Amino acid sequence: MTVSVSLTVNGEAVSADVEPRTLLVQMLREGLGLTGTHVGCDTSQCGACVVHVDGESVKACTMLAIQAEGADVKTIEGVADGDTLHPMQQAFHENHGLQCGFCTPGMIMSALDLVKNNPDPTEREIREWLEGNLCRCTGYHNIVKSIDAGARAMRG
Amino acid sequence: MYNFEYKKAGSVDEAAGIVGADDEAKLLAGGMTYIPTLKQRLAAPTTVVDLNGVGGLDGISADGNGVTVGAMARHAAVAASAEVAAAIPALADLASHIGDPQVRNRGTIGGSIANNDPAADYPAALVGLGATVQTNKRAVAADDFFTGLFETALGQDEIVTSVSFPRAGKAAYMKFPNPASRYAIVGVFVAQAADGVRVAVTGAGPCVFRVAEMEAALAASWSADAVAGIGISADGLNEDIHASAEYRAHLVTVMAKRAVAKAG
Repeated sequence: MTVSVSLTVNGEAVSADVEPRTLLVQMLREGLGLTGTHVGCDTSQCGACVVHVDGESVKACTMLAIQAEGADVKTIEGVADGDTLHPMQQAFHENHGLQCGFCTPGMIMSALDLVKNNPDPTEREIREWLEGNLCRCTGYHNIVKSIDAGARAMRG
Repeated sequence: MYNFEYKKAGSVDEAAGIVGADDEAKLLAGGMTYIPTLKQRLAAPTTVVDLNGVGGLDGISADGNGVTVGAMARHAAVAASAEVAAAIPALADLASHIGDPQVRNRGTIGGSIANNDPAADYPAALVGLGATVQTNKRAVAADDFFTGLFETALGQDEIVTSVSFPRAGKAAYMKFPNPASRYAIVGVFVAQAADGVRVAVTGAGPCVFRVAEMEAALAASWSADAVAGIGISADGLNEDIHASAEYRAHLVTVMAKRAVAKAG
C-alpha cells in the first residue's frame, strides 16, 4: 500500500508515492533522486543524513517520509545559489573540511542549523554541536575550522 | 522495517481509541528510539499512531509551583526555554545534553518517559525532582511511574499529556555519556527537591532508582564529600560492552559527587 506525500523540497513543490515505512532519506534519495543526503550508519548516530525540516536539522533516516507531508525540506542540493557555493560550502572548500567527503553534506546541514541558533559559535560550541555528526576519517579539526570560517563569512 | 498502517491522530482521545482497540498498535512521538527500533525489526506494529499532529501538547510553562512541560515538547525546546532555565535550571541543562542536536530537535519528553529506556536522561530528572506525570486518565507520581526495564505504569490506552516538576533548591545532573550515542552509561540527578533531598540514578540499573543512603547524607550535609564514601552494590546493575556492573556502581558515586559539586 502506498500513499502520496506532498511537500516542498529545496523550494519546489514535489510529491512522491511512499509506503508508511519509507524513511524520509529513502524518499529523498530513491524517490526524488537527491543523493546528496547520505546514509552512513542507518542507526541514527552518524548524522550523514541530516537535512532541514521546517528550518530545523533532523536525521532523515529517523523520520518517516509520510511525516514530512506538507513540510518544507532543505537538502544539501538546495544550499548553493545556482553555481555559487553557499559561504558555508565555500568555507569547507577553502579549509579542506573533508577527507573522503561522505559525512560532508550532513556536517554542512548541521553547521547551518548551528549558525542559525548561534551566529558566532566558539570552537567548543562547534565541537559540542557536532555530537551527532561522525567523521569516519576523523577529520574533525578542519571541519571545525571550516564551520568557524563559514560562520564568520555568514556574519559578513 | 516491517510494514504497518500509519495514522496521524488529531487528538489524544483519537490516539487512545486506536491503541485501546488494538494491542499491536503503537504510539509515535519524536521517534528517536521507536523508528530505530522499527528499522532493526525489533517491533512489528499493526498501526503506528503519530502524535505529531495533536495540538496543544507541546506547551512549556512555569509558575510559582514549578514547571509544566507538555508531552510533545522537544528536548531542544525545554533546553532553550527561558522559563525552565529560570525556574529549574538543572532541568534545562539536562535537556540540553540529551542525545545530539538533531535528536533534541525531534525527541520529546513524553516519548522518552513512556519508553523508559534504562539509559535515558529524563527519568532521572522526574524522579530526582519528584515530578508528577499527567496522562489522559490520571496523575502519577514519578516514583510510581517508572516500574522496570522499558516498563511504566501506563496502561495500553493511556497517553502522557504533560509532566509537572516542582521547584527545587540546589539541583544538578551529571552523566557519563556513551561517546557514540550520548545515552547515559550512568547519570545522577541530585536535588534539594520540594519533599526533601533526592538522588536519582539512571543508566546504571534496569530502571531509574533512588539512593536512600546518599539522600540521607546530603540532607545532613549538602556537599560532594558527603556522598564520596557511599558506594552502591553492583548486584543487579546493567552490564554490557560499554561498562561492567562494577564500573557502573563506581560511576554512581563519581557522578553523584560531581552533580553535588555542580549544584553548588
